[in-house]
Amino acid sequence: MSKILVLFAHPKFERSRVNKLLVEKIRKRSSVTFHDLYERYPDFNIDVVFEKELLAKHDIIIWHHPFYWYSCPPLMKQWIDVVLEFKWAYGPEGNALKGKQALNVLTLGGSREVYCAEGRNHYTVNEFLRPFEQTARLCGMDYLPPFAILGTHRLSDNDLAKYATQYDALITLLLQGVAPREVGKCDYFNDVAELKNLM
Amino acid sequence: MSGSVLFQAIIFLAGAIICVPIAKRFGLSSVLGYLLAGILIGPYVLGFVGEEGEDILHFAEFGVVIMLFLIGLEIEPKSFWKMRKTIVGMGGSQVAITLLLFYLAFLTMGFSWQVSLVISMAVVLSSTAIVLQTIKEKGLMDTSFGSSAFSVLLFQDIIVIPMLAIIPLLTNSALPEVSGGHEGESYTYILEDLPLGIQTLGVFLSVVLVVVAGRYLIVPVLRLVATTRLRELLTASALLIVLGLAFTMELVGLSPALGAFLGGVVLATSEFKHELESDLEPFKGLLLGLFFMAVGASINFIVIGDNPLMISGLVFGVIVLKAIVLFLVGTFFKMKMDQKLLLSIGLAQIGEFAFVLLSFAFQLNILDRVDLDMMLVVTALSMTLAPILGIVNERFILPKVGTRQSEPRKMDHIAKSHKIILIGFGHFGSTIGRFLRSYGIEATILDHDSNRVDILRKMGFEVYYGDATRIELLESAGIAEAELLICAIDNPDASISLASLIREKYPQVKLMMRAKSRFDASELLNMGISNVYRESLETSVRLASDVLHHMGFRRYTVHRQAQNFIKYDEESLRRLAAEPMNSDQYVFKVREEMEQQEKLLEEDLKRGIVDNDHQWDSARIRKDAD
Repeated sequence: MSKILVLFAHPKFERSRVNKLLVEKIRKRSSVTFHDLYERYPDFNIDVVFEKELLAKHDIIIWHHPFYWYSCPPLMKQWIDVVLEFKWAYGPEGNALKGKQALNVLTLGGSREVYCAEGRNHYTVNEFLRPFEQTARLCGMDYLPPFAILGTHRLSDNDLAKYATQYDALITLLLQGVAPREVGKCDYFNDVAELKNLM
Repeated sequence: MSGSVLFQAIIFLAGAIICVPIAKRFGLSSVLGYLLAGILIGPYVLGFVGEEGEDILHFAEFGVVIMLFLIGLEIEPKSFWKMRKTIVGMGGSQVAITLLLFYLAFLTMGFSWQVSLVISMAVVLSSTAIVLQTIKEKGLMDTSFGSSAFSVLLFQDIIVIPMLAIIPLLTNSALPEVSGGHEGESYTYILEDLPLGIQTLGVFLSVVLVVVAGRYLIVPVLRLVATTRLRELLTASALLIVLGLAFTMELVGLSPALGAFLGGVVLATSEFKHELESDLEPFKGLLLGLFFMAVGASINFIVIGDNPLMISGLVFGVIVLKAIVLFLVGTFFKMKMDQKLLLSIGLAQIGEFAFVLLSFAFQLNILDRVDLDMMLVVTALSMTLAPILGIVNERFILPKVGTRQSEPRKMDHIAKSHKIILIGFGHFGSTIGRFLRSYGIEATILDHDSNRVDILRKMGFEVYYGDATRIELLESAGIAEAELLICAIDNPDASISLASLIREKYPQVKLMMRAKSRFDASELLNMGISNVYRESLETSVRLASDVLHHMGFRRYTVHRQAQNFIKYDEESLRRLAAEPMNSDQYVFKVREEMEQQEKLLEEDLKRGIVDNDHQWDSARIRKDAD
């Protein structure tokens, strides 16, 4: 059975209503390894050997983080910089991650409407996530569309609970196995039929 | 006029104290000051010192012995072995060529071949005392001039031994040998009547003895002495070592200076290196000063007056010829022009061994009184001229030659000093040392616990034993060239006195101080030292952070809070230290500061987050957005 590694990065997790609920829903699942980066490395001193071993044990990598200034919080970038080593994750003999799947799970304050050419942010979330997409591709991983919780600032508790259920369903779906080509047709993983039905 | 020993001591000390600072004021070397003081108090100017000047000369030669011991201490055996080619090559060629030239010169001047040989042997040797003192004073030991001068002098010290052996063979057989002629001489030795083979064996064995004793006797004894923690006992041991070495060497007919040098080399790798250096430094300085003064006092102005042309011609001729030979040797060994000039002018004088050789030959009736007096005057004059010529060279010749700066050190066998001095290698200092070492940075470490020093040395650390609050020890550890001094001493009072000592004497050295409490830290800050590290601050905050984590707080938030707390605490400490010291007011302020801190902490807790982290707080943004 394939296993999921959730790399979670939130500098102020204790104050995040949305993420607390999301994480609660999935962290105890048997095939999920929940890895809280800010809790583990408060001084940003990432244990690269440990992280590489962890990656090797999992087939699906989730970058779960709030969307700060159109990107991830700094510790996650640090993680990418130091863990995805040349000749290990990419480059000659850099096959350690080949064939794995990767995706972003995001919480965003803005709504879906502001992330488009006409909106305030001018670009779509997918466009902003290009660095992650390409990172995954360079490491030989299949990059799946992001699962995003948008408009968190005005999210009702009811909607939030639905998102949490969706996240849980996403995990189940990933564990069952998805065809990258199939889900890749959607901009957001949220739009895949199995999840869309839950909203 | 001379009178009691006390009066003598007063005369010599007063002479030194008056003349040396004057010489220094004019930018001259202390050697010249001492020589002038000697001339001044000598029989021909003020007349405070008479014939006994020569006895003082013999006594003061011990200063040269101590100096060579100290030089030996700075040369590790490995580097000494590396220098062997320079010593034999440069020294050998200088001695051989100069000897030959002078021998021929004196022959043509009409001296008998025996006299010519004795005089030229005396003239060949340069003054270790003057040259090395000047080199050390000017900090030129690391230049190629410094190391080649040292090599040549060392070779001369060795060659004196066969010279002393040859002189008795020159006695004119027509003259009856003066029975017991050199009984009073310092170079009477037990092996002299034995066959040459056994003599050589004796010499060899004594060298081995020095090496073995250095390793297996002196160091353990010093460790034992160190455990008594009595400073004066260590000084006594240091003197005992040098005297013992000198005595052993004299016994087998080697030069005591050479023996002392050898002993120094053996002890160069021991942890007592710096302690011995600082113990002996004052003795060396005083005795050398005395030696130079005695040389000055021994200049016989009547002899000069009788034959001024002959004397000045000889002095001039000797200096020029010696300088030319040294210049050629320097050229052959591919020295740079400025270094070559320093060498040829620096070593052009006649050395203190000439006094020994000449009087020895006089006692054996090889030299007559007139020749002896004349040559003694020439020797003393050349020694007096040496520092003056050095100044002329430095001020007028070298600037025209170009490169005056000492060249990048390629031979670093002498005076290897680190840029960082670490004092105290207990639990605090050792962590510092280990961490620096993990970066490949080796500090010179001083510690006052000889047992610990011993253990650490076994682990490969460069640790020296000694009380670092003494400026001499710091000086021999190289404080003058040090960039940084880390004080990790456990005792706050000692730290503070060390800090004020260094601030006063070596203000350019950056201080990094360990402080035990806020109060010690304030005191250090008040002295104007900004790099003060309270040993308890970081650790206790870290412990508290772990407590908070156990209580369920997020590590990253606590981490940032802890950093801010440390920063705040440091700021309040510095703010407080800036207040003028008034003990009552101080206590009051401390209380006030504590209250303030408590208040701030409460606020932090109420808020639950650190001020500058709002941007990550979605709840707050949501509230603002509404």
